[in-house]
Amino acid sequence: MTYIAKPKFQHPGLPKNDLGFTHRDYEGKVSTLCAGCGHDSITASIIEACFQLSIEPHRLAKISGIGCSSKTPDYFVGNSHGFNSVHGRMPSVLTGANLANRELIYLGVSGDGDSASIGFGQFAHSIRRGVNMTYIVENNGVYGLTKGQFSATADRGSKSKRGVTNSDNAIDLVAIALQLGASFVARSFSGDKTQLAPLIEAAIRHQGAAFIDVISPCVAFNNHTGSTKSFDYVREHNESVNRLDVISGRDPITVDYAPGSVQVVEQHDGTRLALRKLNADYDVHDRLAAMAFLQKHSAKGQVVTGLLYVDPEAVDLHAHLNTVEEPLNRLEAAELCPGTAALEKINASLR
Amino acid sequence: MKPTNIAAPDYFHKVVDCQWACPAHTPVPEYIRLIAEGRYSDAYMINWRSNVFPGILGRTCDRPCEPACRRSRVEDTPVAICRLKRVAADFKDDIRGRLPKPAAKNGKRIALVGGGPASLAVARDLAPLGYQCTVFDSDPKAGGMMRTQIPKFRLPDSVVDEETDYILNLGIDFQGGKRIASMKALLAEPWDAIFVGSGAPRGRELDIPGRKEARKNIHIGIDWLSNVSFGHVTAINKRVIVLGGGNTAMDCCRTARRLGGEDVKVIVRSGYEEMKASPWEKEDAVHEDIPILNFMVPKEFTHDNGKLTGVLFEKVKAVRDEKGRRNLIPTGEPDQHVPCDDVLVAVGQENSFPWIERDTGIEFDKWDMPKVDQKTMASTHPKVFFGGDAAFGPKNIIWAVAHGHDAALSIHNFLSGEDIAERPLPDVQISSQKMGIHEWSYDNDVSNDKRFKVPHRDKVFALKDIRAEVELGYDVKLALGEAQRCLNCDIQTVFTSQLCIECDACVDICPMDCITFTPNGEEADLRTRLQAPSVNLTQDLYVADGLKTGRAMVKDEDVCLHCGLCAERCPTGAWDMQKYLIDMTHAGTPCQSPARSAA
Repeated sequence: MTYIAKPKFQHPGLPKNDLGFTHRDYEGKVSTLCAGCGHDSITASIIEACFQLSIEPHRLAKISGIGCSSKTPDYFVGNSHGFNSVHGRMPSVLTGANLANRELIYLGVSGDGDSASIGFGQFAHSIRRGVNMTYIVENNGVYGLTKGQFSATADRGSKSKRGVTNSDNAIDLVAIALQLGASFVARSFSGDKTQLAPLIEAAIRHQGAAFIDVISPCVAFNNHTGSTKSFDYVREHNESVNRLDVISGRDPITVDYAPGSVQVVEQHDGTRLALRKLNADYDVHDRLAAMAFLQKHSAKGQVVTGLLYVDPEAVDLHAHLNTVEEPLNRLEAAELCPGTAALEKINASLR
Repeated sequence: MKPTNIAAPDYFHKVVDCQWACPAHTPVPEYIRLIAEGRYSDAYMINWRSNVFPGILGRTCDRPCEPACRRSRVEDTPVAICRLKRVAADFKDDIRGRLPKPAAKNGKRIALVGGGPASLAVARDLAPLGYQCTVFDSDPKAGGMMRTQIPKFRLPDSVVDEETDYILNLGIDFQGGKRIASMKALLAEPWDAIFVGSGAPRGRELDIPGRKEARKNIHIGIDWLSNVSFGHVTAINKRVIVLGGGNTAMDCCRTARRLGGEDVKVIVRSGYEEMKASPWEKEDAVHEDIPILNFMVPKEFTHDNGKLTGVLFEKVKAVRDEKGRRNLIPTGEPDQHVPCDDVLVAVGQENSFPWIERDTGIEFDKWDMPKVDQKTMASTHPKVFFGGDAAFGPKNIIWAVAHGHDAALSIHNFLSGEDIAERPLPDVQISSQKMGIHEWSYDNDVSNDKRFKVPHRDKVFALKDIRAEVELGYDVKLALGEAQRCLNCDIQTVFTSQLCIECDACVDICPMDCITFTPNGEEADLRTRLQAPSVNLTQDLYVADGLKTGRAMVKDEDVCLHCGLCAERCPTGAWDMQKYLIDMTHAGTPCQSPARSAA
């Protein structure tokens, strides 16, 4: 961490978004993570995405558990809602908050320990239920806060900083999310913000359970030869299936793409995702093919990144449960109490 | 773009905008840090070495450093560099023990014509090397225009005395009251070299109808100021018009206010913004209730029986022609008559060399100015050098000092039998400022304070006494606050590609979005691909290649705060903050590492 606060001065020519904010206005406190931590780049990408989407800070709820990754919500969008929950319990807190008020934007930030070990069940159920959220896992493959033991996402055969080989099989959170029915699944890399920031933007706009696994090298304990989550390894083995541009509903698509190389995916809220295909055969709407593709490349030691699956017709938990539109805190006695006549009717039906 | 060669002395020198803009290249951030530490004497000595007259310049400098200050690109106003220089002079201890001692004479004799800043700077550089320097001036005391033309309420005599004495006490022979009347005669005497620093002593005339008839009440500005300075003039009539828009005009009007002028006006041909006077001098005049009237061209002095009654003006406006040049054309409004009792003409200064015969080997150009080399200050006569206003026309004190350093170096090389055209490179030191994990030897926390105002003497008292200094100078507390505003631009961001793992930590933390990792390209193209718009083409891009991904690190130097956060967040030490000190070569210090006497 640094001892001084980040200076208030900003570049005089910074672009402003629809709300008149610069990206600096979406910052939080200065990071207390180790210098060079991949998580800080994910923070920067979240800031960029919120800036691009002109999100009003008070409409964002950021929720996390415990770990290096779960500290990061303190470092972005300082004026939003936040809940730093118990280890691994981010998904249930987020689900509860979402059920109470569906008007906020829910951003869950977790890590590989928080989501693949202690909170594995919580992760699974929030995805399975289709909670409308953006679930980001900052995945470095080690327990950084306890000095670098392998986490559940560390690849079998990869080496720790002290040279020990990992003998356990890895949990691939992307594969699990696909299998559990997430309607937006992506993987990215903290060292590639041009890929990551648009993915976060698209995930926030997605009306369903959106899951992004971000490989985020731990510079202190997992950035050495023998690691499969180091800057060098991921850069060398990155199999990127597509690049994404988010186009808001109003603007026409003006970007010049080579014909046939772009697939436009229209989402529920009118946003369009322009996908520049890097792998011509990859289909982002085919869940089964995506799972097979992942397994095949994972076996070759490759890291598949990009938007891996999206269901443009996604529906969320509120639709499943047929809940009321209005946030619970705005419901008055008139809505909550149906009156004597209604009660009589209900009672009569039970007699 | 080619990777930046940070070993070239000019690259990092340009990043220190203030030092680069200073004609004498004073190491500004270095002395400001010393002021913040309370080391006023050390700060003074750094100044004394570079600009010779810290106390005088701290009150009167034209401050080319301040418009250049990076702070003015980050917020509204630059650091008050000039007034901090005065702080060093005001609060220093007795520094006489730190000055060079009069040296054993080397037998070489140098005549210096004129006792102003240029000649004194030459003498200051040469006397400690053993040269016998003799300074001739028509005035009884040394200082030249600093003493005679700058009003005492801006620059007290005590300051001029102190700083000219530091130089004269180096064993210099000052011949006051002795005007040099003939260059030929001077050349006939056994001098090894002659330096001409005689200034631009003639005020420009305004030859319009009525000038002769009303001459009793029409005065040439700089002559009148000298007369006031020597006590020959002690009063002026109530209604005064000052013609002209330069700093001399500002000194004239403010002096007139103190000598009995109650209704004093400055009337200028140009618009307010285009006036030659420094903005702060205009502000000071306006503050003393002196209106400045613009776009009025004097046509005629009106008079009655040999007594001035006023000035007739034509009204003009500024119009741009097709080449974009501004022209003043009449508006067609009726001429305006402004009544007055006295007029001070301050419409410019000219050089005047009636005492240099044109057949001495010193060639003159078509404007009747001596042909002087910009770099060496040499004339076409091998023994004769020029400097200050005498060289290229009226400029200011800090330019005169810079000329003095250059001329002294030339004279020293000339008399040592070396080539004067060969200028030794400056001495450059660069060293890491890292003290610990997040500790630097400088205060990297950027102050958000706005520029602190210099306290002024109450106007009622200031206008009563022509010798009462108007500006009181910063006190220690204000000085500390102002010193903290300096961004330490001489603490450079130095990047080592081999150590970089491209984690982006520096990009993410940089408060000014200066740093970008991107494929290399031509400069014009690169500037369109940076994190933040890069529109200031006068500021360089720092480019480094050799990164693993094949991209280049591109840093736009424009608005870098030198806060060091890139280096603090760098996990591998690829970024380091290194202090860059550049010491311009002065006479007698070529290629050796001069121990900084001060720091």
